[in-house]
Amino acid sequence: MKKKVVSLLLAASMMTVMLAGCGNSGSSDAGSGSVGTQEESSDADAAETETETNTDEGSDAAPAADASGAVYKIGAIGPATGGAAVYGIAVQNGADLAIKEINEAGGINGHMIEYNFQDDECDNEKSVNAYNTLKDWGMQMLVGSTTSGCSIAVSAESANDNLFQLTPSGSSVDCITNDNVFQVCFTDPNQGVGAAQYIGSNGVAEKVAVIYDSSDVYSSGIYEKFAGEAANQPFEIVSSEAFTADNKTDFSVQLQKAKDAGAELIFLPIYYTEASLILTQANAMGYEPEFFGCDGLDGILNVENFDTALAEGVMLLTPFAADAEDEATKAFVSAYEAAYGDTPNQFAADAYDAVYIIKAAIEKSGAAPEDSVSDICDKLKAAMTEISVDGLTGEAMSWEAGGAVNKEPKAMEIVNGNYALIQ
Amino acid sequence: MSFISYLINGISLGSVYAIIALGYTMVYGIAKMLNFAHGDVIMVGGFTIFFAVSMQGLPPMIGILLAVVLCTLLGITIEYIAYRPLRQAASSLAVLITAIGVSYFLQNMALLIFGANTKAFTSVVTVPAIKLAEGQIIISGETIVTIISCIVIMIGLTLFINKTKAGQAMLAVSEDKGAAQLMGINVNGTISLTFAIGSALAAIAGMLLCSAYPSLTPYTGSMPGIKAFVAAVFGGIGSIPGALIGGIVLGVIEILGKAYISSQMADAIVFLVLIVVLLVKPTGILGKKIQEKV
Repeated sequence: MKKKVVSLLLAASMMTVMLAGCGNSGSSDAGSGSVGTQEESSDADAAETETETNTDEGSDAAPAADASGAVYKIGAIGPATGGAAVYGIAVQNGADLAIKEINEAGGINGHMIEYNFQDDECDNEKSVNAYNTLKDWGMQMLVGSTTSGCSIAVSAESANDNLFQLTPSGSSVDCITNDNVFQVCFTDPNQGVGAAQYIGSNGVAEKVAVIYDSSDVYSSGIYEKFAGEAANQPFEIVSSEAFTADNKTDFSVQLQKAKDAGAELIFLPIYYTEASLILTQANAMGYEPEFFGCDGLDGILNVENFDTALAEGVMLLTPFAADAEDEATKAFVSAYEAAYGDTPNQFAADAYDAVYIIKAAIEKSGAAPEDSVSDICDKLKAAMTEISVDGLTGEAMSWEAGGAVNKEPKAMEIVNGNYALIQ
Repeated sequence: MSFISYLINGISLGSVYAIIALGYTMVYGIAKMLNFAHGDVIMVGGFTIFFAVSMQGLPPMIGILLAVVLCTLLGITIEYIAYRPLRQAASSLAVLITAIGVSYFLQNMALLIFGANTKAFTSVVTVPAIKLAEGQIIISGETIVTIISCIVIMIGLTLFINKTKAGQAMLAVSEDKGAAQLMGINVNGTISLTFAIGSALAAIAGMLLCSAYPSLTPYTGSMPGIKAFVAAVFGGIGSIPGALIGGIVLGVIEILGKAYISSQMADAIVFLVLIVVLLVKPTGILGKKIQEKV
């Protein structure tokens, strides 16, 4: 009897711990939700007061009041929790910041924007659920999803509905197979080609080794194009070694082979978690090549407790660096830091740009908030190939009808524990 | 020359598998259950040391001690709440599934508490690396400490089981629970003790795993845990020296396979060898002799 009581107590305490955990996440969700509702209600208030004043003035103004009361509804999807939460939260905040700015400046063609962000935990199925939730809310345009897999899953649905979709950071070519989907970031193949061209034309190295993740679409996609383009470049790939998702802690063999082959530079088209291990293990081996990566390395300096001295001199192609010196970036970074207490990363900049790209496309096409979702999509699709947008992640960005973006990649180097643009 | 450094890398990877496998095999040998949550207890140990040493700046020894105490308590608690009620009532399959459940529970708790961001673990090993052949071959301090700890733990466990009363009770429980109970052995207490020791080993394994591969996420323990389970089966599950041999052999095969066959196929090669070994010797390398001996 006594034992039963004790075990019940223990079970109860375990449950409380669990519930407390849930409670935490629940309350933070509710917190971000309430921000959304606050915004909505303040928008609604503004609309109401406008209508009131208009009715006071007289019935002639009524149609105009309707028009100014209509809003564009932009939805966004990304992983606000789970393993890729860093990316999703950045997208959520980046888009939120751009929409607040646009609304304060008087909206798009005089219409306010309403914003709704849904969490997908980086899970394809949940991403489609999030999409459906946003559809029920009345979404007209989608900024999302944040990750490639989820974007692909959602694009099947949005193509059915003919809803305009602009993914800030889904970089796989499969994200844009449907003609209603456009990208803000580079496609993976473009990154591979861009990296090879950069290394070749700047004479960074003559002997290059590659370590890539063969179980990941992003990484193997970049690697294939990089290897293809390398044939046209004045450097040689002396070693190309893979690892898989199940075998990503020990890189001693890959590094040893690169070292034996005499590689001066190791190309890492992978994410920062594995890259931080590779840097540590190369250092332990006493091997000091140059390292070159793509946007997946963005975030390596934020690995908690990571010895950033190891990342010194690492070069990466990424469209955005928070400490760049231009006015637009400075203004964005300080506004973002003030609003969310965090330094924005590339994903935040992508989402911020995405909202402004939608704005530019709406202004070009004259799509009105009263139009049906499908009409808006058709108008924006046509406008996307005509506009040119100067954003944080690229100058004079333009789009092909296929959905891929044209812009110059920027090369960054890690200097004194910060990203610095290589001129 | 590079063959020797591959071999050394293999041994150092294998020693990490071995130290995790010791915990698996210990619990299996006595309680006859696969504790799939073992890898996640390792992760909890890693996080404890990370917060104590890297964040709070406590001396490494205190951090390790803290992790051992915490993991031991965690192990006993898990056994008490999740496994014990099922042991008498349900089939062994139910206990196995519960172990998988506990594993997910721990991972998700860690995700809630510590967040998903990768944390870089500062190695708590201060032994300097040995450099041979003019720096061509480097044996890291972590490898040396891991191998020595493996051997010390192995000898310690063997002595404990064979020479102490509690160890004898474990042997008896592993052979026949019912008979052991009739002889006046507290079966539940003995199994609790087994989990306590297994989890304390997990804390030490966590320290060594994270020192050798210094990246810490809530999923850090899961893949090495599965590999170590394979190592334990390889060496003969339930056999304590078998875990050491299985771990080292597995690590060496993995690294040599990566180096000379294909870096993508490393796991496929490891599991192929496992299948062949089990076909030839179904109880693993040291399985047979030890089966009745723990």
